[in-house]
Amino acid sequence: MTDQPKVRLRGLYKIFGPRDKEMMTHVTAGMGKPELLEKHKHVLGLQDINVDMQAGEITVVMGLSGSGKSTLIRHLNRLIEPTAGEILVDGEDVMKLNAVDLRQRRQKKMSMVFQKFALLPHRTVLENAAMALEVQGVDKAEREKEGMKWLARVGLEGYENHYPAQLSGGMQQRVGIARALTSNSDIMLMDEAFSALDPLIRTDMQNLLLELQTELHKTIIFITHDLDEALKLADHLVILKDGAVVQQGEPQGILLNPADPYIEDFVSDINRARVLRVRSVMQPLDAGQSFAGDVQLNDNLESLIAVSGGDTSKTYRVMEDGEAVGQLDMRDLVKALVPRVSSSEAK
Amino acid sequence: MAFYDGLFRVLGLEDWCGGGDSAAPLSMADLLSQNSGEDSGGPIFPFPSLDNLSESCSGISQTRDLTKGIEDSFLAAKPALKTVLDPITQPLSWMLDGALWLFASIPWWIMIPLLVFISWKASRSVAVTIFVAFSILLLAFVDHYDVAMQTLSIIFVCTGISILLGVPIGIAMSKSNRLQKAIVPVLDLLQTLPTFVYLIPLIFLFSVTESKLYGIAIILYAIVPVIRLTDLGIRLVDKDVIEAANAFGMNSNQKLVKVELPLALPNIMAGVNQTIMMSLAMVVIASLVSAPGLGVNVLRGIRNLELGVGIVAGIGIVLLAVILDRVSKAALSRVDMTHKTH
Ligand SMILES: Nc1ncnc2c1ncn2[C@@H]1O[C@H](COP(=O)(O)OP(=O)(O)OP(=O)(O)O)[C@@H](O)[C@H]1O
Ligand SMILES: [Mg+2]
Repeated sequence: MTDQPKVRLRGLYKIFGPRDKEMMTHVTAGMGKPELLEKHKHVLGLQDINVDMQAGEITVVMGLSGSGKSTLIRHLNRLIEPTAGEILVDGEDVMKLNAVDLRQRRQKKMSMVFQKFALLPHRTVLENAAMALEVQGVDKAEREKEGMKWLARVGLEGYENHYPAQLSGGMQQRVGIARALTSNSDIMLMDEAFSALDPLIRTDMQNLLLELQTELHKTIIFITHDLDEALKLADHLVILKDGAVVQQGEPQGILLNPADPYIEDFVSDINRARVLRVRSVMQPLDAGQSFAGDVQLNDNLESLIAVSGGDTSKTYRVMEDGEAVGQLDMRDLVKALVPRVSSSEAK
Repeated sequence: MAFYDGLFRVLGLEDWCGGGDSAAPLSMADLLSQNSGEDSGGPIFPFPSLDNLSESCSGISQTRDLTKGIEDSFLAAKPALKTVLDPITQPLSWMLDGALWLFASIPWWIMIPLLVFISWKASRSVAVTIFVAFSILLLAFVDHYDVAMQTLSIIFVCTGISILLGVPIGIAMSKSNRLQKAIVPVLDLLQTLPTFVYLIPLIFLFSVTESKLYGIAIILYAIVPVIRLTDLGIRLVDKDVIEAANAFGMNSNQKLVKVELPLALPNIMAGVNQTIMMSLAMVVIASLVSAPGLGVNVLRGIRNLELGVGIVAGIGIVLLAVILDRVSKAALSRVDMTHKTH
């Protein structure tokens, strides 16, 4: 595997409307979304998106409703055509593909999981799971074998001959995931895949996804409007607002250093102790320091507070694979727990 | 003498009109009043219709010239139309005649069990099947078996052709907004025209002895719902599912066959049900133009005031209607592809 990102979006713009190409001049001149809508009746869907998505990582795109998340993810397999910009997958420009190659690409390289499941209601669970291979022209015995394998993997053994409408939402989405996995593509696009599920099922599904990911190392692009979900899943977090990227990077970094008030608002409500990890607040190892005990690099702060019994005077040694890699002062921990609120309070 | 004489004089059109109003052929009303010997006073201010104007000015033609003109142009166009339409529609005659012959030549003791078996296969409902058997036996018992079979055979052929043509047209319409815009007015026209009206041009084009005459009339009338509902059914297919089909790289044929048609099937079947019912309605009217079957007996009831004949045939039609409706509805409810009810 080379160092180049699996998926790379460069200068991507999307304007909805009949004369989208003409509108580009206004947008590059700095016209915003509300103004464009009012003056020219065109909707600015995405503006100047530059994102690199690394192979084997989960890239989470987060934003409020209408911020352009669905629009963004649909550009990767060109369900939506961009107005301007480049979409590179494995270094190859998706925009240069003809219809046949594009279909080939969608069949083999990218699979998609949908918010409303979008299963074929007239097909059994197994037929749904095997659909991707059916489209590719794989023979029945083979594709059903694959389908069965992945259905079992997502915990749906014994439901092969049911119809989607006979399953609960969570189970239907498992079929959706099995369908995406059966296609054996290395990129998985998930548009609010868990948003329609109730909280407990949702947590189950997140765990399932993480578990599958440790084993399969797919490149996953995951859309959500839920910060907790984003922080749980993301290796790389992209935050969208009104079609533009406001901040992207490692989620812990965004949490500790939000780039603007919009994101501060976003992150102010979450349980930081549970999300932040030792590695994000630790300091370099200081020789001669005495430690109250050892903690693991990836422990979250909540567990550390429990261990320390709330005593802020202690300092812990941070371990990774049995080696000391840093130290953590409980006072730093407490500071990290206070969300930084700049402008909104200052006003 | 006539009311509008003055008008043409004022307009200076007397020359163009030509002198004697006697040259114009008399209207029927004038003839009648002449015969009865009184001078027709007429209304004080007659409407300036063609007939009234031509009384004052023979340069203006009468309404009957207009109808004559339409007739003539039709007759003039007829040979050309016939050379195009005849070969295209000829198979329809063969099919109708063949079906009539087939239904007539299969003995009743094969035909009745066969029909009952088909109803069972289509509906999977004991009640419906028993009702079908009972109705056919009843019709046969009152010696209406032959005419009922004639009606049924015509419906089979016409519905079959309507589906064969209607479904592809509906699919094409669902794929193109422009085509839909073009076809919908035609469908509206076919559905709103009183059924008698389009018998008229058909009678001109084809001779009454040809079976395709009533075949075309029935198909034109009955094809509308299957086209409409195929179009609607495909347009109503869940956009998310279509998007999923696209995302997994289906081409348009795969989408049509694997996704759109199966999901549109309940709607298409509802269209087929209506098409069957409309064929039945039309086959009765088409007995005016020599379509055989139960309608002939109804017509006889009306023409000769044979009340009993008309009523028995009418009840026969009702029975056929109920049979066809029940069986096709039962089949329709079986194709609910979403399996929600299991
Ligand atoms: N086909 C379209 N035509 C016009 N405007 C559109 C179209 N599709 C999306 N938009 C607009 O683009 C913007 C982004 O829409 P998008 O569906 O990508 O948002 P989203 O972030 O996925 O929101 P949600 O969380 O509600 O799914 C919205 O303002 C929407 O109104
Ligand atoms: Mg969305």
